[in-house]
Amino acid sequence: MEPVDGNAIGGLLLSVFGAEMTAAVGTCASCGATGPVAEFVVYLRGPGTVVRCRSCTAVLMVFTEVRGITCVDLTGLANLTSPST
Amino acid sequence: MAGTAVRGRLNWQLANVGSVTDETARVRTITLDAPDWPEHRAGQHLDVRLTADDGYRAERSYSIASAPGEPLAITVERLDDGEVSPYLADELMAGDELELRGPIGGYFVWSAADGGPLLLMAGGSGIVPLRAMLRERQRSGSTVPARLLYSSRSWDDVIYRAELSGYDATVVHTLTRAQPAGWTGYARRVDERMLAEVAWPASEAALAYVCGPTSFVEAVATGLVRLGYPPERVKTERFGATGG
Repeated sequence: MEPVDGNAIGGLLLSVFGAEMTAAVGTCASCGATGPVAEFVVYLRGPGTVVRCRSCTAVLMVFTEVRGITCVDLTGLANLTSPST
Repeated sequence: MAGTAVRGRLNWQLANVGSVTDETARVRTITLDAPDWPEHRAGQHLDVRLTADDGYRAERSYSIASAPGEPLAITVERLDDGEVSPYLADELMAGDELELRGPIGGYFVWSAADGGPLLLMAGGSGIVPLRAMLRERQRSGSTVPARLLYSSRSWDDVIYRAELSGYDATVVHTLTRAQPAGWTGYARRVDERMLAEVAWPASEAALAYVCGPTSFVEAVATGLVRLGYPPERVKTERFGATGG
């Protein structure tokens, strides 16, 4: 399955965080690479949505929906900063 | 904003399909009348949600094809193994209702205040958000110079073909699989030599937007950085070889 990028999950992120997050900047907890969420590698057809680091491929974020509740795992991120809008 | 909308929340809403226009044999543009739609920015997306009779739901994200202030429109390519695009590209008709939410995204966006010069790089239906940027540039009266390099399989696959020749911008096509008789333009995938010939020199400090299949975006973004573009001036959007 070919990945897309963080632009494709702007709606999901907006519904989870309540803010525009594709321009937010994240730092990979594994390798320290920093970049906009829009540049993250995204696998849409999981089960769930898996977001990986473009530099080291470590898992940064996982979103799964179970009975209408979205479960969010952000442990792969050392930092996630939303630009002030 | 509608009285019932919760601030900061992204609400699904029903839109009416206004018109449906064929762009190519596989691509069409759908205008949408969404009463509570906030003004979007060129390059942003919207999400479409389809619900089957048994309750099964599928969502997909589409780039908005229109400029801010214009009637909301998306341009959809039919992907034969897709869950959503065959319905949108084949069955949807004017007067139908469609569930959507948005606008979405704050990274792959352009407005006149962002300046330029603009370098727009499109692969296939990656032209859609870049077309919104060209329309916004024209609508806002921006004098930022713009160049578009657009890679398509064949002349018949070029989306917005007539419209693109009408912008005050340099438009360069490359046709990767088939070319009409007498074609003198590029006839190969975008490579570094083509980028060096078409792109603004790095000294112009251009702002580049690259949208298309993942392999196209990787090749173009890497090539531009090698030509001296700072990575933060190369904005990318990848939609994968199989969308939906």
